[in-house]
Amino acid sequence: MVDPVIASRLQFAVTTIVHIIFPVMSMGLAPFLVYFTWKDIRTDEPRYEQLRRFWTKIFAVSFVVGTVTGIVLEFEFGTNFAAFSTTAGELFGGPLAIEGMMAFMLEATFLGVFVFGRERVSDALYFVSSVAVGLGTWLSAVWILIANSWMQTPRGYELATENGQPIVHLVDPVAAYFTPRFTYMYVHMQNSAVLSVSLFMAGVAAYYVFRHHVWGYSVANVGFWEATLKIALVALLVTAPLQVVHGDQYAQHVYETQPQKFAAMEAVWDTERYVPEYIVAFPTSPDQLTDPRAKELFGLGIPGGASWLASGGDPNAEIRGLNEFDTEPPPVAIVFWSFRAMVGLGFWFILLAFWGGYRWWRGQLLEDDLLHKALMGSSLLGIVAVELGWIVTEVGRQPWVIQGVMKTSEGVSPGLTGAEATVTLAGFVLVYTTLLGLYTYVVARIIRAGPPGGEDLRTVPDDRPDPSTPPAEVPADD
Amino acid sequence: MTDLGTLATEPLFGLPLPALWFALLFAMLGTFLFLDGFDFGAGALFGVREDETERETVLAAIGPFWDGNEVWLVVFGGALFAAFPSVYADLFSRHYLLMFGILGALILRGLAPEMYEQRHDAAWQRWWGRAFVAGSVLAPFLLGAFVGNWLAGTERSFTLVGIVVGLAVTALTVVSGTAFLRVKTTGEFHDALGAYGLPAVVGYLLAVVASLGALWVTVPGLRAALVSVPVLALVGLSVLLAAGYVLALRRDHDLLALVASAALTYGLVAVVALALYPAVDPVTGATVQSAIVSTLPLNLMSVGAALLLPLIASYFVVLYSAFSGPAQPTEGY
Repeated sequence: MVDPVIASRLQFAVTTIVHIIFPVMSMGLAPFLVYFTWKDIRTDEPRYEQLRRFWTKIFAVSFVVGTVTGIVLEFEFGTNFAAFSTTAGELFGGPLAIEGMMAFMLEATFLGVFVFGRERVSDALYFVSSVAVGLGTWLSAVWILIANSWMQTPRGYELATENGQPIVHLVDPVAAYFTPRFTYMYVHMQNSAVLSVSLFMAGVAAYYVFRHHVWGYSVANVGFWEATLKIALVALLVTAPLQVVHGDQYAQHVYETQPQKFAAMEAVWDTERYVPEYIVAFPTSPDQLTDPRAKELFGLGIPGGASWLASGGDPNAEIRGLNEFDTEPPPVAIVFWSFRAMVGLGFWFILLAFWGGYRWWRGQLLEDDLLHKALMGSSLLGIVAVELGWIVTEVGRQPWVIQGVMKTSEGVSPGLTGAEATVTLAGFVLVYTTLLGLYTYVVARIIRAGPPGGEDLRTVPDDRPDPSTPPAEVPADD
Repeated sequence: MTDLGTLATEPLFGLPLPALWFALLFAMLGTFLFLDGFDFGAGALFGVREDETERETVLAAIGPFWDGNEVWLVVFGGALFAAFPSVYADLFSRHYLLMFGILGALILRGLAPEMYEQRHDAAWQRWWGRAFVAGSVLAPFLLGAFVGNWLAGTERSFTLVGIVVGLAVTALTVVSGTAFLRVKTTGEFHDALGAYGLPAVVGYLLAVVASLGALWVTVPGLRAALVSVPVLALVGLSVLLAAGYVLALRRDHDLLALVASAALTYGLVAVVALALYPAVDPVTGATVQSAIVSTLPLNLMSVGAALLLPLIASYFVVLYSAFSGPAQPTEGY
């Protein structure tokens, strides 16, 4: 039997790692759906109806899987982290309750109207319902991140002891709920959701554009995919550079408020000045793999880079080493490598955006097969970067569940047995893997079936030579 | 910093907020049990109807609504966490496996219709149809078991009281599911559905009697509460409502039957709340007064709920009026 503390942590990790995919999809798709709905109503162009209907299908299935995996998260605080829930409930429960009432309700009720109601309600109400659904997804993140950012940088509270148990009392709601961390987290999270969905849309569209324009297959609805690719590229050009700009601000804020996490991100053990920003680093022996800079075999770094980034411009700034903290450090290698992979992906996304933008400007967007391949290969990398970012955030703050107040090991339900925790952990791995597999399967089917309306509705005729010499393939429409 | 001192020191407008939140929590639970209850009942009836068009009609009838309905469970969980954090923590961790059973059933129930609609081959639909029925029957049963255990103050996950209350809640979902589907259907299917009302409501009443009996025998501490005037009155009223429900179905007053089933649901939840009060968790002895969160967050929550709950009610009005009238089996997106 696995120790209940470890099993609970693993279970929560599995739940969140799988769950976050679906909110990212819905939050990222929301602004696109509002735009498609608006254009559909205002222009009467069939293209926008196709775009709205197609991406609404993917939104709807993401929302359903997000709901069923999300309810579990809310209940896991009670089942597995009862001590944390009792201690922090006064601060933590409120945002969760308000999230349900303010955001989730709005999203779930208007989703019914939005998904099923095009023929039943007026254009105005239909548009309002698309906005309400989008607003609901974005407000959900507000309250969830208010709760999360308070755990990262707690303030506005007093700690008391009641019946031998520490209890957090709310004294200043504005301070507690609107921490500086919340702003950094929210901007970074929402931008990453739109960025991830842009990459996904671009990758899927690139596949069909590539088949049509590079391989010469006759692809039904190729005009739809070309439009999707262009819309996704516009969003990518806006979101990819922004992600790095506020990511940098966020990292400086972590340096100031969670120095232990920052030290783990950079794998700094002894307090130093002029710390290099390591691009890669490897230890001398495999025993040290959990610590990339233990006894350094090889490291490639920019001199003074980490200090420069942390302080916002001073290459000589001091970074406190992990050895200086009283608590044990978080798993350094996970945090160090996740952070590097996330940042590396961020720069790759900028490159992709500029590459695509440049080719479009030159009128070569539809022919550049290397770009198409790069986009296809990157279609899921936005979500990968989100996962990595959350791993840095959540693993990096260990051993604390509430920074400086309560350790994760102290937050687990006291009565929980190893047997119970192990049974549900095994169940979770099974159920969540299945859910992820089913979701992938369904989304892949929706993509293969293509947009509604069997024939290509593009009004401008294709002036290139007839590409139908290779076996004509039309996606099965069932 | 911000001065919220006046909010913090005393209850808003001198209201008895702890008791109000206790009542509000059960109102939320009742709303969930009624709204998602008729979804569960529709799922159970999906299981006994073999005809393909009828099954599609059932799915189309609950399609636009179930998501919003289910959020009431999330709202209930969040409100319990916010208002009585220690009760939320104790109750959920104590019934650890039962909670995960409920969550598993809800996952099946939510996912299955979505999957069912994705492919139109027989084997696929047969399995997802079964998953839908299993989730729809298990979810109310396990929820009922949870509520029964909560009331009885037991630390065990599976008890006699839990099982009979679970059966009562499951039967109740068929009662409301029948009325809901009658509202949403026409023709032969509509007429055929009428036959499920009487056995469901009789089954419900028998299960309630069994639940009260099991509580009387196994939990002596509750005996006084069980024979108190409000509880007896509610039980009597339930019998009248059940008769009215059957009559309404007979005379095709389907909406009236749905209202009767809502009243039965709130009545059941009220019995639980009345029997518990002033305790919120009989196992730890936590009472409404001892377990309530401190005044400042309680006031904030109350302001939030006072602003949001009427707004939420208006969403439901929009949703249900947009999709009023019979459901078409072909309706979808």
